[in-house]
Amino acid sequence: MNQIEQIDIPQVIEKMTGRTTRPVTTSRARQDNFARRTFFVFTLLPVLLILIVTIALLARSWPILKAYPLSDLLFGTVWKPTNGQFGFWPFILGTFWVTAVGVLLAVPPCILTSIYLAEYAHTKLRSTAKPILDLLAAIPPVVYGVWGLLAIVPFVDKVLAPLSDRWLGSVSIFSVNQPTGFGILAAGIVLAVMIAPLIISVMYEIFSTVPNDLRHASLAVGATQWQTIRNIVLPQVAPGILAAIVLGASRALGETIAVLMVVGNIPQSPTSIFDSAYPLPALIANNYGEMMSIPLYDSALLSAALVLLVIILIFNILSILIIQRMLRRKWS
Amino acid sequence: MVLMKKKWQRRHIVEAVIKSVMQFSLVVVAGALGLILWTIISRGLPALSWDMVTKIPEGGYYMGKGGGILNAILGSLYLAAGGTFLAMVFSVPIAMYLKTYLGESKWGNYVRLSLDVLWGIPSIVYGAFGFTVMIALGMRASLLAGIIILALIELPIMTRAMDEVIRRMPVDLEHAALALGSTKFEVALRVVTRQMLPGITTAILLGFGRGIGDAASVLFTAGYTDRIPTSLMRPTASLPLAVFFQLGSPYPEVQQRGYAAALILTVIVLVISLGSRWLSSRLNKYTIK
Repeated sequence: MNQIEQIDIPQVIEKMTGRTTRPVTTSRARQDNFARRTFFVFTLLPVLLILIVTIALLARSWPILKAYPLSDLLFGTVWKPTNGQFGFWPFILGTFWVTAVGVLLAVPPCILTSIYLAEYAHTKLRSTAKPILDLLAAIPPVVYGVWGLLAIVPFVDKVLAPLSDRWLGSVSIFSVNQPTGFGILAAGIVLAVMIAPLIISVMYEIFSTVPNDLRHASLAVGATQWQTIRNIVLPQVAPGILAAIVLGASRALGETIAVLMVVGNIPQSPTSIFDSAYPLPALIANNYGEMMSIPLYDSALLSAALVLLVIILIFNILSILIIQRMLRRKWS
Repeated sequence: MVLMKKKWQRRHIVEAVIKSVMQFSLVVVAGALGLILWTIISRGLPALSWDMVTKIPEGGYYMGKGGGILNAILGSLYLAAGGTFLAMVFSVPIAMYLKTYLGESKWGNYVRLSLDVLWGIPSIVYGAFGFTVMIALGMRASLLAGIIILALIELPIMTRAMDEVIRRMPVDLEHAALALGSTKFEVALRVVTRQMLPGITTAILLGFGRGIGDAASVLFTAGYTDRIPTSLMRPTASLPLAVFFQLGSPYPEVQQRGYAAALILTVIVLVISLGSRWLSSRLNKYTIK
């Protein structure tokens, strides 16, 4: 918010007195220069790493991109590597369904929770909620997977599926065709819990950028707190909230082990949230063992990783740029 | 009297309803954590035994015979410790450079952006990347490859954690040092490093926690074995994969051990997470705010 401008003191003195204050040839200055250059090389690493990862994956997936037209790969529906048929469409659909269900389930409670923490909660509650979110974020994906297997899959199988069959059976996306519990809904629930801590903490941070003066002005003219939030706070932070959701979605897109354990892994075009699916990350993880034995198989799987990477990079860069802008916004 | 009437306006009812819905969703989120812990503990604890943590798998282990997962526990500790150490070697200078030389400059924000983007790349993509590099170099799955990939995954997390802490350092401190004639490097070395200590501790534990729980990248790069690794070039087992493989078994005894392995992993991660909070709050006493 009100960040103090960084002042380069030697430069200021230089401007005031008209001469350089720091002799540039002392050994200390040389040491400083050397350190500056070394440190600079280190900061190249993260920037270059993104490029290197992309290029390496592109290079390995080049053979299959050359052998088949891109539209055949992306929209082909048959996956039979032994026959040389590589259609990613069922896997892309699977990824999309699982992510969509996860995000749709996560967003409403996340928005409400972060509003509550930012606008209503006392300091004491806030300082208890933070460690809980940190713990949720620290739990490894495989543990989420075990939880999904032990708690969510039976819950979907025994409770949600019969309920949905009874009341919503005629609506095709809620119909129960494969009653095992494993499927998109189970994966979506697990994903929703996994991405919630990230979404909540980003949203919370964005809510706290809105200056209190705006809230006070609204409350002073007699608005209730919810009216203040809806009419004053939310319009200010709307882009940031959207960005937080996109960030959460990109996390969900790449989640591998936890999803793999509960989604059923059947390559098909799902029509209902109770259907099994086979998302891209699960495809890569499940087949790494035999991918060197069939021609073009490794290339196909690594191009799946490339597709995933490109989508996630786009999602990530967009949402992080918006969030950074919102956090740095100056209120005069 | 007028006030009493106002209380029953529609907007006040809306306020009360919305507020209780919010409180409910907070309870749901917190309840999810409780539910996960309860599931893992109640299923893992009965299967946990002393053998689990002190023995390596014996013959026929994956068909329900004796042994434990010491190989995976040690393997995971080696992987996470190595990865965290390697990531620290790179992240400390980057965080220092961001603070002392770059500040809020354009290049500084590019570096921060790329770190945030790296943070979002899923571990399966890192794993696939590691795999392509290993094919190109003719390497096989090994502890070293796993450590390097984990270091890449942990690097952005650790750097950003340090950066967030060190950004809050008062500018006055830096100015005071500069006014006395020190170079920026001296500021970084003598002033920033000390202020950074709680940040570094938090970052190490964060990175370690992330590294020990990561499965998808290790699957490609470190492989799996029943032995305890004796050299950097050997493959190694890891806890997340031990959980994953044992759950995939058709034998109930082996699945039970998978739950126990999940419990061990959860306990390690929770101890690290709580420990980092405690440690950083203690160390924060010694920094100037």
